[in-house]
Amino acid sequence: MSAKLPSWKEVPVGAVILEPGSTRRYKTHEWRTLRPVIKQDKCIRCRICWMYCPDSAILELDKPYVTAASRKYEVTYDVDYDYCKGCGICAQECPVKAIDMVLEVR
Amino acid sequence: MSRTLTIKDIPREERFAPGHRMCQGCGAAILMRHITKAMPKDAIIVQATGCVEVTTTLYPETSWMHPWLHIAFENAAAGASGVEAALKVLKRKGVLPPEKDVRVVAIGGDGGTFDIGIQALSGLLERGHDVLYIVYDNEAYMNTGIQRSGATPFGAWTTTTPVGRVWHGEWRNKKDIIGIALAHRVPYVATINPAYIPDLYMKINKAMEIKGPKLIHAYSPCVPGWRYEPALTVTVARMAVQTGIWINYEVENNTLNVTTPVPKRKPVREYLRLHGRFRHLTDEEIEKIQEFVDKQVAYVNKLAGKEVIGPVEK
Ligand SMILES: Cc1ncc(C[n+]2csc(CCOP(=O)(O)OP(=O)(O)O)c2C)c(N)n1
Ligand code: SF4
Ligand code: SF4
Ligand code: SF4
Ligand SMILES: [Mg+2]
Repeated sequence: MSAKLPSWKEVPVGAVILEPGSTRRYKTHEWRTLRPVIKQDKCIRCRICWMYCPDSAILELDKPYVTAASRKYEVTYDVDYDYCKGCGICAQECPVKAIDMVLEVR
Repeated sequence: MSRTLTIKDIPREERFAPGHRMCQGCGAAILMRHITKAMPKDAIIVQATGCVEVTTTLYPETSWMHPWLHIAFENAAAGASGVEAALKVLKRKGVLPPEKDVRVVAIGGDGGTFDIGIQALSGLLERGHDVLYIVYDNEAYMNTGIQRSGATPFGAWTTTTPVGRVWHGEWRNKKDIIGIALAHRVPYVATINPAYIPDLYMKINKAMEIKGPKLIHAYSPCVPGWRYEPALTVTVARMAVQTGIWINYEVENNTLNVTTPVPKRKPVREYLRLHGRFRHLTDEEIEKIQEFVDKQVAYVNKLAGKEVIGPVEK
């Protein structure tokens, strides 16, 4: 954050922001005290955690996964730990309790 | 024509970037994420000041990926009217091709809509601009520190309706913003709730296809303002529907359609006990809220022409 700020002559007129979605540069992970951990073998790929996350921090990846019981899935749900704020909605809403909220230790 | 949308139909691509500073578990963040996915990519958003605006546009960054315009607290509807009028002029001058259909969406909080922006909203609806106005209703002025608004429900604690020996939270009922919109004879109004996301998509999609002024009233749980644990945002939103405190419906061509039927209602007490802002309520006050909701439900059932929302399950 100590980078030199641009002068008023260097910024676009009218405070226009030209880069869409640029808050991605700002990681919100430090807000978190609890970390969601998805148990991939238990997850039934229902998409519910992905749908309800307020911080788009559940990623839906085209990554195949085979469970211990040999069930094959084409998608994997993973947490984006850069943006997850640790609200716990995903764990609360998961119908099969496949998400644990564990204490962050730094 | 329209098949019922399901969770599987939600587009994967995000149109509302993370890194925004909305609170852990903010209900409005869930709403914005899906509203932006449901809108065409070139739709223009005009946004009133409030939580969503200040937490998503900390200069020099933005969470938005649509053309997006910041407007003052009170005049998102006026700004959106101007944008829509300007698009018409650009077509007339040949800058935009006549067949190009750019949709305009205004977004404001309950304070910016029910209270200070009501005149601008009325003007938009009356003049008939082709704009969808979405009010995300967290039932108080949250961005400035939980002051009551015309949308604060009876009994709720806020910093300006405190709880003590003299006052017991808000003593007036919530303003009927849908009724106000309907009084302008608009073609489409609807309510949405973040616990019911496929329903949200169907309504935004429909509103995008209808010409003229439209209002969507969105239920928007607020963790610090309503005083509940952040993990409970969706639980609280769902309970609002299950108790009849909130009804998911739409009114199109003067016909009311309840989109989330509730055959058996839960008592309002089960909703109220989830919030710290209602913790002080007495049995009599809870009974008063129950009676208010019963009346509201009877009214909606009457307009729907059948009992879509059932009686309270004992
Ligand atoms: C004319 C004017 N008065 C007051 C303010 C300060 N202000 C900014 S946001 C806000 C409250 C917004 O409440 P609401 O519309 O309900 O949105 P929320 O913050 O709850 O999401 C206020 C009072 C302002 N920006 N402009
Ligand atoms: S804890 Fe909250 S922010 Fe983190 S992934 Fe789950 S829902 Fe998203
Ligand atoms: S809610 Fe649970 S079961 Fe569904 S995708 Fe997420 S982790 Fe898997
Ligand atoms: S105060 Fe409420 S509405 Fe505002 S960002 Fe926080 S949770 Fe969302
Ligand atoms: Mg508000």
